[in-house]
Amino acid sequence: MLEPVSALNGASFDGLARIEETGLQGMITLRGDLSAKAVKSAATAASGVRRVPDQRQANVSGEKGLCWMSPDELLVLCPYGAVAEALEKMQAALAGSHALAVNVSDARAVVRLSGPAAREVLAKLCPVDLAPAAFTPGMFRRTRMAQAPVAFWMDDDESFRIVCFRSVAQYVFDVLKVAAQPGSEVGFHARPEPV
Amino acid sequence: MSTRLANHGRLIDRSATLGFTFNGKAMIGHPGDTLASALLANDQLMIGRSFKYHRPRGLVASGAEEPNALVGLGSGARFEPNQRATTTELFDGLEAISQNHWPSLEFDIGAVNTYLSRFLPAGFYYKMFMYPRGFWKHVYEPFIRQSAGLGKVPTERDSDTYEHFYAFTDVLVIGGGVAGLQAAKSAAQSGARVLVLEQTAHWGGRAPVDGGSVGGAPVEEFVAALLDELGAMENVTLRSRTMAAGVYDHGYVLGYERLTDHAPTQPGPRHRLWRIRAAQVISATGAIERPLSFAGNDVPGVMLAGAMRDYAVNFGVAPGKRIIVATNNDDAYRTAITLRQAGLDVLRILDARDTGGGALMNEARALGIRIDCGRAIGKVSGGKRVHKVQICAQNGQGGALEAVECDAVAMSGGWSPVVHLWSHCGGKLLWDEAQAHFRPDPQRPPTGAGGKGFVTTAGSASGALSLAGVLRDANEAGKSAAQAAGFKPKRTRTPQAEDATEAPLEPVWLMPREAGVRLRAKTWLDYQNDVKVTDVQLAAREGYESVEHTKRYTTLGMATDQGKLSNINGLATLSQALGAAIPAVGTTTFRPPYTPISMGAIAGEARGAVFQPLRRTPMHGWHAEHGAEWEPVGQWRRPYAYPRTGESVHDAVNREVRNTRQAVGLLDASTLGKLIVKGPDAGRFLDMLYTNMMSTLKPGRCRYGLMCSENGFLIDDGVVARLDEDTFLCHTTTGGAERIHAHMEEWLQTEWWDWKVFVANVTEQYAQVAVVGPKARQLLEKLGGMDLGAEALPFMGWSEGRIGEFDARVFRISFSGELSFEIAVPASQGLAFWSALLAAGHALGVMPYGTEALHVMRAEKGFIMIGDETDGTVIPQDLGLDWAISKKKDDYLGKRAQARSHMTDPERWKLVGLETTDGSVLPDGAYAIGPGVNANGQSNTQGRVTSTYFSPTLNKGIAMGLVLHGPDRMGEVLEFPGTEGNTFHARIVDPVFFDKDGEKQNA
Repeated sequence: MLEPVSALNGASFDGLARIEETGLQGMITLRGDLSAKAVKSAATAASGVRRVPDQRQANVSGEKGLCWMSPDELLVLCPYGAVAEALEKMQAALAGSHALAVNVSDARAVVRLSGPAAREVLAKLCPVDLAPAAFTPGMFRRTRMAQAPVAFWMDDDESFRIVCFRSVAQYVFDVLKVAAQPGSEVGFHARPEPV
Repeated sequence: MSTRLANHGRLIDRSATLGFTFNGKAMIGHPGDTLASALLANDQLMIGRSFKYHRPRGLVASGAEEPNALVGLGSGARFEPNQRATTTELFDGLEAISQNHWPSLEFDIGAVNTYLSRFLPAGFYYKMFMYPRGFWKHVYEPFIRQSAGLGKVPTERDSDTYEHFYAFTDVLVIGGGVAGLQAAKSAAQSGARVLVLEQTAHWGGRAPVDGGSVGGAPVEEFVAALLDELGAMENVTLRSRTMAAGVYDHGYVLGYERLTDHAPTQPGPRHRLWRIRAAQVISATGAIERPLSFAGNDVPGVMLAGAMRDYAVNFGVAPGKRIIVATNNDDAYRTAITLRQAGLDVLRILDARDTGGGALMNEARALGIRIDCGRAIGKVSGGKRVHKVQICAQNGQGGALEAVECDAVAMSGGWSPVVHLWSHCGGKLLWDEAQAHFRPDPQRPPTGAGGKGFVTTAGSASGALSLAGVLRDANEAGKSAAQAAGFKPKRTRTPQAEDATEAPLEPVWLMPREAGVRLRAKTWLDYQNDVKVTDVQLAAREGYESVEHTKRYTTLGMATDQGKLSNINGLATLSQALGAAIPAVGTTTFRPPYTPISMGAIAGEARGAVFQPLRRTPMHGWHAEHGAEWEPVGQWRRPYAYPRTGESVHDAVNREVRNTRQAVGLLDASTLGKLIVKGPDAGRFLDMLYTNMMSTLKPGRCRYGLMCSENGFLIDDGVVARLDEDTFLCHTTTGGAERIHAHMEEWLQTEWWDWKVFVANVTEQYAQVAVVGPKARQLLEKLGGMDLGAEALPFMGWSEGRIGEFDARVFRISFSGELSFEIAVPASQGLAFWSALLAAGHALGVMPYGTEALHVMRAEKGFIMIGDETDGTVIPQDLGLDWAISKKKDDYLGKRAQARSHMTDPERWKLVGLETTDGSVLPDGAYAIGPGVNANGQSNTQGRVTSTYFSPTLNKGIAMGLVLHGPDRMGEVLEFPGTEGNTFHARIVDPVFFDKDGEKQNA
């Protein structure tokens, strides 16, 4: 039986923060008028979450969710094995309206970054305000990680899920490893214990 | 001699010692020392030699402004030249070497230049090396290269690591002196996030050295209490050993944190570059003391008065025991008092002001120090250290009234605010007549996007030079920055400071005022680049009126210290020579970084494996395991060929071509761009993007198309497949995927925003394998599944189904001229699919082939390659691709441009095939020469080679090229000069060398 293989086959690293590839994640790019009823219901039907996120927001629970990518684009998350079914539901909901839904699950990789220092590790690579008050679970950013494009959100206050293109998954993993090298604590978001 | 004092030394720990070496000589210092203070403690007064005249030089300053004390630090993979001893914290085992001398620091041949200085005036290089012209390359340049540059270049790879950090803050305070800390507090009390950067390892700046009291307690205690308060505030971050290097647009500031320079055995990165976005910036960068311009002001032992005080108070060291102080202001009296209290002989205070100073003068006099008013230094004598000072009247020509033997001179020409960070992004300056310095003009700050200022200054950086004034200014700066960042400042009172009232300063730009040329020629303005008063005066006489031109002509302020000490004295000298007011002459431009930062910090994590992203296809690992020779294509690495053990790369390419032509080959084509274009207007949109007609393409069919820029030039090509009525899949070149995606989005978003089209880049969703060769169909049939027969799937058709256990979309397209199937499977199945093809094709002789075999085969077929046949100046018509340009369409991108007279010019070079008369391979890029010569006496050209290969199929060299009237000149032989004096002769032929009728691809 054919086993689909994710970009890094579940590689992981423990440093200042834990870095792990999460394996295959179902992803559908949905482009359309995000205020249109058909588009909204296609998004919610396929993802199983009820609310379409606002600008720079994500509404994700486990393997299911919706992320705001641009004024006319959502990223629909669903279990990898459920993509075909989800796409069918979407096509049905979108019938007759101008929209594009396309499977991009294999074009991407997902890396989880977690631990008390996760914010600081990410802040070495991404030009985003990652202060606990400034970036919170529920928010979503498309940005760059060092030299590669990425997007991310927080599942809880200490863990990020980072989406990148499959071809640069190794680079993203490696560059996170460099940023999480022991001895490179910054102590900006997480204050070090007084010595 | 310079020594460690028995008292003072607030920053050092005398209970412990650290060993270090200078030029191999073992020395000892204490924790808390800088390399500079430790060298002084070891009586190492002379630390280097100057750049041009190789004059002995010692410490003149105590901080980032030091021009002389540059050393090479460390060894091997950790060697770094041009490090300032004053900002290098001492650690056990430190190794330093002096620079710019040969054979030794003590005895240096280059010092002869000082006797030749009459012949090395300002602009010497410009004047000398212009003529004769031919001398530059063979005589002058090698000589200058030999003597240029201060330090030695490291020879090993840097063994340290570096990183970046992105930080965001409401208020960024640059400088952790008393002003910065007070400003931070008043800003933070509003609730704003505050980040404070201090370049040294210590907080409080000069205040603890300069003294004074706040609320009745010594200022040192005030600083400690302030630090405790800030440390307890959740919204405040304090970072020492972090210098703000530059202020840029939109509140972007670079911070340079030195993490392990002081403790090299500590793990972790050496430097961290902070990339900060701040809503508001407070520049509390303090002030720098100006030297006085007198003859011999560069002799080791002559030091800024403030620096001498720093060394005594902070580190308990002094550059000499018998000291003369020269000043034009009251502050230098603090040095005299400090030194006297430390038990040193202060022989004389020479105050250039006729009436002397204020309260501090009386205090010095009470200590028994002799004070001579209206007096100046005529000349300092001494070679490697100060020996004697001639005293004269300030208002004279330097006639010596008296000579006094001494071993150190403290000088003060007044203080200039450090305006660099204020100025980096456009903050303007005011000339302050009373204090004789430029200070920030609060009415003209650097402005942000909204047109409002985003930098404020605090303390001495604003021009406030008294402790009370500093605290008042800083408290206000903190509040106004917080307010400008959108916070409500708290109403607080400024802490009340008590300090001495000072008498006004008197500007002294030359000492003595009427010094003759012999003195002026030994009076240094720029220590590091050896620029003297006479050099600037000469520049003025030669017509250099602009300070920027004078800077470049004389090299004033062009050294690694960027003129921190020399700028104001230099431009004052220039303004006097020009008879213009100082503000009319103005300053040179202040550019980042404030002091040099390491290349490692700029590169950050980008080195080694993560120097840049390397894009990998799902089969990348397999290619690597099977010995692929890589070719970089954009950020991808594609296999160029798969040489076997003992096989050359060239032989591997030939084998891969032959095998593909005779049996079957596999190419990893995953990198080709794949763009989905969908919507009711998709056909119309593609008709505009491609030169040919795409809207008439039937679902299930493929069509090759060309894309041009608005200017008509060919930018990309590829096969378009129509997936359904509304949906097209556009293949782009490997390097074109992102570029063409952006091109499509740009036209959709800016010009045709009302067209109903959506685009998605699905390049990486698929692993794509080209199965190519006469046995290709046989191989695929072995895996079983969908019908790939010639009738079910004819040439230029596509079909979807299953091959073996794989979900596949199969395109019957060919870039090789062979029977060819390009098969896309989900990327997660890519490696398995590739492996299954290799296993199934084993008996058929299947082999992978790389990009070079692909190139050879396409050239044999006369197919063009974007980037080979095109270079941004080539239009499809040049390439004989008129068949791919629709005549029926009203418009497409590039159509109008291609009608321009130069585009329709029959003289444009056109594509042809080229075949050498002896079967050899033409050099790539070679030009065909034509009759006659051009205006420069060079041979005229009439064509060039765009692609050239050895064809194993035809067993000879084949090439394509663009040739004047090429298609009309079939059979003519052209002459192509090679690079080794040889000449190639090649015949113009049809560019299709192989299977012109396409029988193989259509099979």
